[in-house]
Amino acid sequence: MTALSGRTARPLPAPSPRTARLVRRLRITRGLLITVTMTLFSLFTLFPFAWMALTSLRTGSDLYRVADQPFAVSGLTLEHFRALLTETKFLTWSLNSLIVALCASAIALLIGVPAAYSLGRLRYRGGAIVGVIVFSTYLLPPALLFIPMNVVINRLHLANTLGALILVYLTFLVPFIAWMLSSYFQSLPVELAEAARIDGASRLRAMVVIDLPLVLPGVVSVFFFAFTLCWQEYLYALTFVRSADKQPVAVGLVNALQVGDVFAWGQLMGGALLGALPVVIVFSFLMDYYLSGLTAGAVKG
Amino acid sequence: MTMATDTLDPAAGIGPPPGRHAPGAAAGRWSLLEREAPLGYLLVLPMAVVVLGLVGYPLVLTVWFSLTDKSLGSDAVSFVGLANYLGLIDDPVFGRTMWNTFNYTVTAVVAKLVLGLVMALALNEVRRFRRFFRAAFLLPWVVPSSLSVLAWMWMFQADFSVLTYLGRQVGLVDGNIPWLGEAGWAMAAVQTVNIWRGAPFFGIIILAGLATVPKDLVEAAVVDGASAWQRLRYIILPHLAPILVVVTLFSFVQTLGDFQIVWILTNGGPVNSTHLISTLAFRTGIRGADIATGSAISFFVFPALAAIIALQLAVMRRKAK
Repeated sequence: MTALSGRTARPLPAPSPRTARLVRRLRITRGLLITVTMTLFSLFTLFPFAWMALTSLRTGSDLYRVADQPFAVSGLTLEHFRALLTETKFLTWSLNSLIVALCASAIALLIGVPAAYSLGRLRYRGGAIVGVIVFSTYLLPPALLFIPMNVVINRLHLANTLGALILVYLTFLVPFIAWMLSSYFQSLPVELAEAARIDGASRLRAMVVIDLPLVLPGVVSVFFFAFTLCWQEYLYALTFVRSADKQPVAVGLVNALQVGDVFAWGQLMGGALLGALPVVIVFSFLMDYYLSGLTAGAVKG
Repeated sequence: MTMATDTLDPAAGIGPPPGRHAPGAAAGRWSLLEREAPLGYLLVLPMAVVVLGLVGYPLVLTVWFSLTDKSLGSDAVSFVGLANYLGLIDDPVFGRTMWNTFNYTVTAVVAKLVLGLVMALALNEVRRFRRFFRAAFLLPWVVPSSLSVLAWMWMFQADFSVLTYLGRQVGLVDGNIPWLGEAGWAMAAVQTVNIWRGAPFFGIIILAGLATVPKDLVEAAVVDGASAWQRLRYIILPHLAPILVVVTLFSFVQTLGDFQIVWILTNGGPVNSTHLISTLAFRTGIRGADIATGSAISFFVFPALAAIIALQLAVMRRKAK
């Protein structure tokens, strides 16, 4: 810390024993402060998940002793998970989420990747405006559009289908993909594609054969992020899909496990954990990539 | 979609390979696409269709519906001018909702900014287990909030709340807390969940920003005897300012459009005390089938949203220069 400031030619005088003690004490308080802060933040962020896990694994009678002895566990059980998987439509909901997320992300890639190439690599009149529109569209929340969208979906006779969700999710997936990948395309060296064109390849051919393979890692990651965006979506799914057989996890779980005012808490917590799993797995593999993409966006703008 | 594949396929190598010595051999039908502009427009076209048809058109519909008496299932629609908007302004529930939305958004964004900053500054000093902490902090952000909010719902149950129990153990709480049963508590509860979910996002972005603060500058300040607070105030914060602005504006947009936390936890209650524009619009326009009023309600987020997005674009353009 006190090292080379480049100002003093002479080495710094050795600290007296008293300063050394002071520095050590300061360092200890600082370390303590950081440890305490880290512990508090970890408790804050992780406690709800720990509580979820504990709830999903304990017996029903333990659950309602929470008022006086919340951490008393007389036995662990997988009963809630068994009930969740066999007595509810949890697997159907998960399958619905999977179908919607995979289809919507794949279609969004087919539309978004060419657009990203166009925005990142080609110069033409209005290109900047298209960029602005893409960014603004990506930021528009579903809360603004869900009511008229419901009318559109009814007119298309897509109400209560997974197709409605696949179609509507394109509204945020395509701008997201175009935005993320356009800067990726921009960062590629143009020389390779130019060399290919000198050798006679058409522009399109150069794009597909030369540039696309180079952005493939980005495309794969963006696909998975699109997947997680679909998996997390709630408002559109709640609006368009009314029957329990067609609902994705996020909506089905809450709606079905509430009987009157009584919730099956054990199953609900187990379902929330399992339902979050795919997204957590994706992020555990791609966290660094996600962060670098996010921060590049924030730092560069 | 078909459009994109149709235009891509010929280039994917199915067509005859272009002659090596004749750069114009790929000409003919595709020669137009050798120029940047036509190709650029063509590749953007599918996205333009999606954006115009599925975002632009509904946006226009919102405005149109809000000026009519449209309701679900009826096609007989008549123009009523600003009647829906005037009716809302007189409606105390809507007034309350506007205030709630403002309160929810501003409180949560400010709290997320402050907590995120503290989180980043602390995490920046940590050497060991850094990846673990980063992952742990990011978990609330990653898990779908419609699912994680269920854990909070369980923790907020009036009679079985582990939070009340913990509060009692520490001696802060006496008796039961009506987490979701009383207006003040309920608003604090939904804000807490929003902050819990969003603060890590701030923290992680700011952490990345801290890595770009020049080390020699900070070290020089240390040598000159600047206190930790002075270093933060005069070196680190000015350096972080652009990132803080971008992430704060982004969070404003996200928080303004928030729906599921309130809808799942309180349904807007008790007695409409936690309704946000989004939840009131859902109750009116979807559950209540009153599309006209619902559209008018949801359109009230638009001015604020447009202003924030414009600001964000302006900031980004200035930084790009």
